[in-house]
Amino acid sequence: MKKTFKIGGTHPKDSKLSSEIAIESFPPVPRVCISMAQHLGAPATPIVAKGDKVVVGQVIGEPAGFISGFVHSSVSGTVADVLPMADLAGNMVPHVVIDVEGDEWDPAIDRTDKIVTESSGTPEQLIAKIKAAGIVGMGGATFPTHVKLAPPKDKKAEYLILNGAECEPFVTADDRIMREKPVQIVIGARIMMRALSVEKCFIAIEENKPAAIAAMTKAAGSYVGIEVLKMKKKYPQGGEKQLIDAITSRQVPSGALPIDTGCVVQNVATALAVYEAVQKNKPLFERVMTVTGNCLQNRKNYKVRIGTPLKDILAAVGGAPVEGNMKYISGGPMMGKAIVNLDATTQKGSSCLLMLTEEETLRKPESNCIRCGKCAEACPMGLEPWLLNKLARVGDRYDDLEQNNIADCIECGCCLYTCPANIPLLDIIRVNKAEVMKIIRARQAK
Amino acid sequence: MITTIYVTVAALTVIGLLIAVVLYFVAKKFKVEEDERIDRIEAVLPGANCGGCGSAGCRDFAQRLVKAPEIGALFCPVGGNDVMKKVAEVLGQDAVEQAPKLAVVRCNGTCDNRQKTNYYDGVQSCKVKAALYTGDTGCKYGCLGCGDCVAACKFGAISMDPATGLPVVDESKCTGCGSCAATCPKGLIEMRSKGLKGRRVTVICVNKDKGAVARKACLAACIGCGKCEKVCQFGAIKVENNLAYIDWNLCKLCTKCVSECPTGAIHKFNFPAPKPVEQPVEQVENKEVLL
Ligand code: SF4
Ligand code: SF4
Ligand code: SF4
Ligand code: SF4
Repeated sequence: MKKTFKIGGTHPKDSKLSSEIAIESFPPVPRVCISMAQHLGAPATPIVAKGDKVVVGQVIGEPAGFISGFVHSSVSGTVADVLPMADLAGNMVPHVVIDVEGDEWDPAIDRTDKIVTESSGTPEQLIAKIKAAGIVGMGGATFPTHVKLAPPKDKKAEYLILNGAECEPFVTADDRIMREKPVQIVIGARIMMRALSVEKCFIAIEENKPAAIAAMTKAAGSYVGIEVLKMKKKYPQGGEKQLIDAITSRQVPSGALPIDTGCVVQNVATALAVYEAVQKNKPLFERVMTVTGNCLQNRKNYKVRIGTPLKDILAAVGGAPVEGNMKYISGGPMMGKAIVNLDATTQKGSSCLLMLTEEETLRKPESNCIRCGKCAEACPMGLEPWLLNKLARVGDRYDDLEQNNIADCIECGCCLYTCPANIPLLDIIRVNKAEVMKIIRARQAK
Repeated sequence: MITTIYVTVAALTVIGLLIAVVLYFVAKKFKVEEDERIDRIEAVLPGANCGGCGSAGCRDFAQRLVKAPEIGALFCPVGGNDVMKKVAEVLGQDAVEQAPKLAVVRCNGTCDNRQKTNYYDGVQSCKVKAALYTGDTGCKYGCLGCGDCVAACKFGAISMDPATGLPVVDESKCTGCGSCAATCPKGLIEMRSKGLKGRRVTVICVNKDKGAVARKACLAACIGCGKCEKVCQFGAIKVENNLAYIDWNLCKLCTKCVSECPTGAIHKFNFPAPKPVEQPVEQVENKEVLL
């Protein structure tokens, strides 16, 4: 039986145009700029200086706080500068710029293709290793994995859920790794199960990826406690709270964390990174990224080093595919972020570079809400987006917004996607949610 | 049939009278003594309910005034010193004079000065735009141009100039309530003293980037060169974080800095125009735009 979450959801066109294209290593670039803010939380502190020689896998940034992470060099060469640079939204973030010379790896890294199945170590040792490898949630949220694998003492994890739903249209990075590296992902899952001391792991994959389901089922077959689940195709199936609901029928209460339901959700790409870190000593410095779009002929699933300039990737697929205004998106079309600065570089959370033409992205003119209720039907969190929009636009109604659970919005965009009146529901909800969160935090701090 | 109607009317009249009597005594007994000065103060306040005083409205402000031991910093920017004098009379205190204020938009990133680097087609709201990214020009400090300040002004004193894409404050209408300054997500509107005869000298820029970066983003940016700071004899200008700021309490309106600034980031307002013969047409146009 195909599982899915109970309320809301929508069905954007699949558009998995690059699912049959095998992963290819992106050719080396002359210079990389590695961001120190590739994870949720405080940006890492750079520990290299101009002129330093670095090798692939060497630590160049150390965590600056509990929720933070290590950053490693993805290339070998000389540090050209350490300075603030604009990220893809134009905000200034500290970066380490490295001029690439050769491709010399840290000798501790096992570069062979041999699959290492045996693993040892206590949960603490495993988590320490995952932390040292700088692993973050690779589905896009970039929450440091070691923090998620060490829940507070009073909470007990029961299930590990591997998220291979990849419900965003266009993106095929997870699909490809599940087909090409299923055994490694399963070993990664086993390691995380040990770190969490759980007996059961579900791997959730949407039904539109039959090859991935077959490969993962085969790889998981030899282990007890790991079960591959076929999920219905429905957006946002890969949402943390939606997956938990779909698989365990448990709902994360408003204001609570997923761990309160005994579940820890990790992305399949994160599981692969965990395998590589623990079994092969390889820190997280490269990832698979889809380069796609309806307008693009030369679609790719690239294995790119972190810090590769987006414009180099664009050049490699033949430059801007059409004349005129283009929209580049980091991530999928539903939740991805528009890129304003193509000089920005790839990060641990960059799953996709999507190209859309002006026609594809143009917003239709907004009209009045006709109270059709489609938005409320589509919202997977059971909110009433039309009401939130109305309250927000009156201004200064933060109490009412809070009471109507604006803080629960997962910013999936189902409401905006569905609205026949083209009301920019999510845009309005997002800024007001931020405002309400600020008020809540200020209250809690008191 | 007709008796039923008589009985009903009579019964209801009696009930109504009884309740009226009860209510009369209840109202007498539980009457809240409200300071009559609140009403009198409310009567002198402008009644705009704009919130410029930091209260929820004029009546709320009147209550605060009555409760406060002295007027102190409580001030109605819309009514200004005249209204505050009347308020002080009611309260039997001395009025505290404050320099009248005016909203000043500190950005001169016109379409000519500041090249667009991308095209924004999202929701036309500065708040939404600012939450998404740094904006559609190279300057991440400057005006986003969606006019949240225009919507915030209850006096119709701000409008967008289509030629420059920047908001323009109508000095005659601006009451100094500060709603626009509080609304602007970039914090670039400052409430500044109106100045003697309305004359003011102000740095019209909030870009804190290093000179070269600022200049690349906008031709009219303050590059933090410090020339104005040096030329000012009254110590009114300070350059901090690559940005000059003029303290209006110290500024003596000598306007020396205006011509000293290499990027023209310092503007003067309401000074008499130099002799018309020397005045090139272009500058006149410019001045109108800046006002
Ligand atoms: S964006 Fe928020 S309000 Fe809209 S459907 Fe998603 S969770 Fe609901
Ligand atoms: S989907 Fe749009 S038109 Fe329909 S109720 Fe929601 S906001 Fe109104
Ligand atoms: S001054 Fe501020 S609020 Fe007004 S249009 Fe510019 S950015 Fe928006
Ligand atoms: S002279 Fe002009 S550019 Fe230089 S610091 Fe003063 S205002 Fe800025």
